[in-house]
Amino acid sequence: MKELMSGNMAIARGAYEAGVTVGVGYPGTPSTEVLENFARYPGIYAQWSPNEKVALEVGIGASLGGARVLVTMKHVGVNVAADPLFTLSYTGVNGGLVLLSADDPSMHSSQNEQDNRYYALMSKIPCLEPSSSQEAKDMMAAALDISERFDTPVMLRTTTRVSHSQSMVEIGERKEHELKEYNKNPQKYVMTPANARGRRRVLEERLRKLQEYAEKSPLNFVHEGDGEVGVITSGISYQYVREVLPGASVLKLGITNPLPENLIRRFASRVTKLIVVEELEPFLETQIKAMGIKVIGKEYLPKIGELNPRRLAEALQNAGIKVSDRYQAAGWLVKEKAPAVPPRPPVLCPGCPHRAAFYVLSKLKLTVTGDIGCYTLGSLSPLSAMDTCVCMGASVGMAHGMALANSSMKDKTVAVIGDSTFLHSGVTGLMDMVYNGGSSTVIILDNRTTAMTGHQDHPATGRTLMGRPAQEVDLEALVKALGVKRVQVVDPVDIDNFEQVVKEEVSAPEPSVIIARRPCALLSKEPRAAVTVDPELCIGCRLCLKLGCPALSIQDGAAQVNTILCSGCGLCVQVCKQGAIVKGGRDNA
Amino acid sequence: MLKPFDVMLVGVGGQGTLLATKVLAKAAQKKGYDIKVSEIKGMAQRGGSVVSQVRLAEKVHSPLITEGGADVILSFEKLEALRWLEYLKPGGTIIINNQSINPVPVLTGAAEYPSGVVEYIREKVNNTKVVNALETAVNCGSARTANVVLLGVLARYMPIEKETWLEALEEVVPDKFKKVNNSAFAAGYTI
Repeated sequence: MKELMSGNMAIARGAYEAGVTVGVGYPGTPSTEVLENFARYPGIYAQWSPNEKVALEVGIGASLGGARVLVTMKHVGVNVAADPLFTLSYTGVNGGLVLLSADDPSMHSSQNEQDNRYYALMSKIPCLEPSSSQEAKDMMAAALDISERFDTPVMLRTTTRVSHSQSMVEIGERKEHELKEYNKNPQKYVMTPANARGRRRVLEERLRKLQEYAEKSPLNFVHEGDGEVGVITSGISYQYVREVLPGASVLKLGITNPLPENLIRRFASRVTKLIVVEELEPFLETQIKAMGIKVIGKEYLPKIGELNPRRLAEALQNAGIKVSDRYQAAGWLVKEKAPAVPPRPPVLCPGCPHRAAFYVLSKLKLTVTGDIGCYTLGSLSPLSAMDTCVCMGASVGMAHGMALANSSMKDKTVAVIGDSTFLHSGVTGLMDMVYNGGSSTVIILDNRTTAMTGHQDHPATGRTLMGRPAQEVDLEALVKALGVKRVQVVDPVDIDNFEQVVKEEVSAPEPSVIIARRPCALLSKEPRAAVTVDPELCIGCRLCLKLGCPALSIQDGAAQVNTILCSGCGLCVQVCKQGAIVKGGRDNA
Repeated sequence: MLKPFDVMLVGVGGQGTLLATKVLAKAAQKKGYDIKVSEIKGMAQRGGSVVSQVRLAEKVHSPLITEGGADVILSFEKLEALRWLEYLKPGGTIIINNQSINPVPVLTGAAEYPSGVVEYIREKVNNTKVVNALETAVNCGSARTANVVLLGVLARYMPIEKETWLEALEEVVPDKFKKVNNSAFAAGYTI
């Protein structure tokens, strides 16, 4: 039976069919749906961890315990999990362990576009790259087999277009996998220097064997075409190559670490012109050049952003390679003299509690070190209330660092961080600030969920990925335990009170935490009446527009409410100085 | 041999483009097509510009449609029609829902919603079809079925039979909304 599946759904299916019993991860676009889908299968266990490092550590334990394991994260999550990853490469596994790294070329929903194949190279583990949903499913199973056969973790690396594109997948049956016995083996699992030195040699021997395997594996295959142009490619780029160069010979590498050197040499010797087509970094190209093989690549192909058939066709034509007729000419409509198209950036939803918080921070003209989540949208106009966003948890340490460098910034700086992000990696930052005598203010925007990635549970929501009730982290008690004495819990949508509290805490001579608590507007099920505008009272001052609410606009000199979008949160009612906006609509309840 | 066919569905987060894409893919699957669908989620869900690309053929490689590649663009909103216009194939068809949704920069006065969008597109594209899906949907009993009205309009331009569409629709929408969705589709189909 065939089903239309996204790459992420297919990976979950592949894990299920191949007998994986433990799935662990932290949400992050474009990886999130893998674990969400996996969690729906019977007879398995799946969980969200507070962060990727913990997720991988749980995965390592589960592997040693004998299970087949899938650990999922986005590309930057691997940065967090890198510490256990590099040494896991030394210890090896017991049950097969696959680390899904979902990369995001073009940064559709990310802060950078790092190429995680380098992690596989650097940690000396195999890397598999699917180019379709079917391959994603098949490679999941292949990766587990490789993991157990060669005693190594395996990276399954997707990109946004593989994870989120849907294509047809042949569905199979689940094969139960017997739990492997755990045997105590300190030489293998206790990485003290003496033991690690021994494992270091095993690592090189393993890589040599993996290379031999890669030479013969069907995951690396040649699509036979003419002998004129030869392309070496991997991942989604393979699909673009087949589209744009239907006649070319293609060496499609499913295993991109380690590389099958002999296979590459044989392929290179059969074609006149050899080109490497890959997204982002010249990962394959550099290694192939180091083999002394003449190839072209990044001198024509872009390093920045994802590829698509058009970009590929342009690059190939610049390299003097003839592309298929369809991609030869710019057949598209040139929009000359077209009306200007204003951008449509993502925005905070109507009723979003973050809007209230950022309105106040903007009004108080504070320097705001920010973090990763929906609330990063608070950096956009008209709220423009965020100064920095670097990585998960960075806001707290950065606020402390700013105050250290310039004491005059101390009373003008706050850190804002979401509840899920705080538990991910904000706790240690706050511990640092308290320990080192800092006095900054941290605002935890507690909307009771991991909203940006689609409402995943976390340790403070009281529920697990499998829908079971869980012990909730008590955020107030947690920050107090770190040594923060000033802790206030407020509803940010009561903006006068919130403003007062922020002023108090920012000027306090010791570290403080404000927990701005209100559930994500999308979690609220109860319908609320849209607000209404009294046109007699509205003077068209546009003050309400400073909220950047998609439900508000000015038409014919007066505020207008889009009653379909409005959630009735009442933020604009508080902001309007004329009393022209009233809660609980008269005629649209 | 099934005729290759590329469709783009463009609109604004919350307009129901994803459900429409699901029905389209289901119908194409019933017809026996190989299918690739590409959607960008994440940031785009928060009221941003939303694009679904659906490629149908005996064998599809790239999940992405190129500029000048779409046989049909189905636009749920006027401005989005203009934004994605260059993806239309010469001789292709663009269906535009005659609805404006102001982006936040327009709401705050930082940008203007352009006038004359439909006129401009009509001038450039012979096969421009403008429909008022919201009004039709309301007449069918629910403003929320505007996406299915548009799907009905799209169906007329695609090499998939009406019965196949209706089967697909039945499978995708929840039971209690079947009736209203069926009439919305039928209304769109006859526009």
